[in-house]
Amino acid sequence: MTSVLSARDVHRDYELEGEAVHAVRGLSLEIQAGEHLAITGPSGCGKSTLLNLLGAIDRPSAGSIAIRGRDVARMGDREITRFRLENIGFVFQRFYLVPILTAEENVELPMAERGMPKRERRQRAAELLSFVDLAHRRRHRPTQLSGGEQQRVAIARALANRPTLVLADEPTGELDAGTGAEIISLFRRLNSDGTTVVVVTHDEELARAARRVVHMRDGRIVSDEVANDGL
Amino acid sequence: MRLTLALAALRRHRSRTVLAVCGVAIAAAMLLDMVMLSTGLRESFRDLLLSRGFQIRLAPRGTLPFDTEATIPGAGAITDTLRQLADVVAVSPVLGATVHVPVARAVRGRETVSSFALGVLPPVQGDYELIGGRDALSAEAVVANDDFLEATGMRIGDTLHLGTGYNPALRDLAGERRFVLAGRARFLYLSAGQPAVALPLATLQQMTGRARDDRVSLFMVRTREGSDVAGTQRWIRRHVPAVDAISTTDALARVDERLSYFRQLSLILGAVSLLVGFLLVTTLMTVSVNERVGEIATLRAIGVSRIHVVHQILLEGTAISIGGSALGLALGLVTARYLNRILSHFPGLPRAIDFFLFQPRAAWTALGLLVAAGIGAGLYPSWRAAALPIARTLREEAVA
Repeated sequence: MTSVLSARDVHRDYELEGEAVHAVRGLSLEIQAGEHLAITGPSGCGKSTLLNLLGAIDRPSAGSIAIRGRDVARMGDREITRFRLENIGFVFQRFYLVPILTAEENVELPMAERGMPKRERRQRAAELLSFVDLAHRRRHRPTQLSGGEQQRVAIARALANRPTLVLADEPTGELDAGTGAEIISLFRRLNSDGTTVVVVTHDEELARAARRVVHMRDGRIVSDEVANDGL
Repeated sequence: MRLTLALAALRRHRSRTVLAVCGVAIAAAMLLDMVMLSTGLRESFRDLLLSRGFQIRLAPRGTLPFDTEATIPGAGAITDTLRQLADVVAVSPVLGATVHVPVARAVRGRETVSSFALGVLPPVQGDYELIGGRDALSAEAVVANDDFLEATGMRIGDTLHLGTGYNPALRDLAGERRFVLAGRARFLYLSAGQPAVALPLATLQQMTGRARDDRVSLFMVRTREGSDVAGTQRWIRRHVPAVDAISTTDALARVDERLSYFRQLSLILGAVSLLVGFLLVTTLMTVSVNERVGEIATLRAIGVSRIHVVHQILLEGTAISIGGSALGLALGLVTARYLNRILSHFPGLPRAIDFFLFQPRAAWTALGLLVAAGIGAGLYPSWRAAALPIARTLREEAVA
C-alpha cells in the first residue's frame, strides 16, 4: 500500500484565555491509500485539532505532516490552499453549506475554484448528487433540506475534485440515529470505491464502520487498532 | 461563480441591501449636487456672459457693471473710438435707470409700478431676447418682460407712460414720455421678479435729463472670433481711462472670488458625502462578513483562495456602490432641478443662472470617486475575511 499521509512527532500548542493548551503532543501517524480510519477519544483530547492539522487548515507547532509526500507545514498560504482544493475533501459536523447557493451550486463550488468549465462541473455535480441520492434535490437550498440531506450534499462537495483524502469531523454529530446510519453507509461506499477516509467521531457505530480505529487521550494516541473486518 | 455568490449574498438580506443602496444613493446625490454647485454657478455665469458673444464689458472706473449708479461720461465718443478698432465687431452702450409707470388702481391697487429700464441700441444690444412682438426700434417703443406685464396688467400694443421720477404727494411723473409696448422680452441679467423694460438709449438719456446726457452705465464689446481679447482689453485700458475694461475671464475671476464660500461649502459637504458613502459600505460589509465567518472559513477550508474571498466581498461592496451611484445620479439630478427652481429667485442674481449645472465630466468623476470609495470600503472587511484563521474560526463557530 502507498502512504497517503505521514505525521511525525506533531505538536500543536495554543493559548486559550492566557493559558497554554497542548492539544496535540508528539503524535505520529501513518495513513495508507484506501484506508478507512476513525479517530476517537473523549472531548478535548485533541481529535478535531489533529484532523485540522491533517487537513492542512492548521499548522503544527512542531513536527511534520506530509500528504502524498509533500510537507504541508512548509507550504505558503497560496500553495497550501491550492493543495487542499486538489487533494483534500472536508465534511464538517455542521455541514457548513453556503446557504445562498443551491445543492448543485454548493457541490460545484470547489470545481469552479479549480477553474473547471461550467458544463463539466454541472455534469460532475449531477453525478455526485446521484451518488448521494439527492439528484432530485439539486435545485434546493440548504434551508430546504433536512440535516441528513445537507450532510450528503456536504459529502458530495467534499468529493468534487476527486480528493486523495476525505476528512470528516463528527459527520453524524448533528443527525439522528437513522440518518446517521445513512451517512455511515455512504462513507463505507465511498471507501469501497477507493477513497481514503478519516473520520473523527464520538459515534461508536461510525467508528465500528472504519477498518482502523485510533484512540486518543490528552493529545496522544493511546491505541491504534485494525479490525479484521469492518461492520 | 464569485459573481453568483456576491449577488446571492446581497439577496440574502434583501431589505438591508436595499437600505444600503438607498444610503449610498443619498450620499451620491449629495456628492453630485455639491459638485454641480461648486462648478455650476461659475460655468453658468460664464455661459451667461458669453451667451450674446460680448467678451468685454466697460464699467465706470472702480466698479462692476450695475454695481453702483455711477455712469460713464462721453458715451458717444467712446462708442466711436471703440468701433474704430479692427477687432471690435459690435459696441453696445447701455444706460440703466429706474422708471415709474402709472397703473389703474382697480387693476393692482397701486398708483405706479417701479421698473428697471435699460436704454440700449436695439440692433446691437446684448441684454435681452425678444420673445414676442417687435423690438423697440422707434423712439416711442419699449419692450418689457413678463414681470412688468404682470405687474402692470398690460399687453403688447398698449400705450403706457413712463417717468424717471415720481412724486406721490402730487402724483406727478418727472421726465414722462408716452410709449407703445412693442414686444415681450426675456432679460438675461436680471433677477427673478424684477419688472424691466428696454427702450432706445437716446430716449432714456433724454428722459433722465441733463445729468445723464451722453452718459451710459456700461459698454458691452463684442470682438472678432479668434481675436486677441486680452490685447483689445489692454488697448481700451490705455486709451479710455474713464472705464474699467473687464473681460469675461476677469469677470469670472471676480465671480470666483465672491463665490469662494459656495465652493468651500460644497467641497466640504461633497467630501462628507464621500466619507458617509465610504463608512456606510464599510459598516455593511463588516457586518456582513461578521455574520458569515463560518461560511468564509469553510470556503477557505475547501480550497477557496484568499484573493477570491477578497474579490467576492469587494464585488458585493462594488455592486452596492454602483447601484447606489446609479440611483444617486437620478436622485441628484431631480434634487438639483428642484433646488435650482427655488434658488432662481435668489435676490440679486440673474434668473438665467443655474446654481446646479450638470457637467458630465464632473458628474462622472464624482460618481466614479464614490464607486472607488465603495470598492475601497470593501477592502478592510474583505481582508479581515480572507485573513480569518480557518481552524479556530470553525472551532468557535461549532461552539457557538
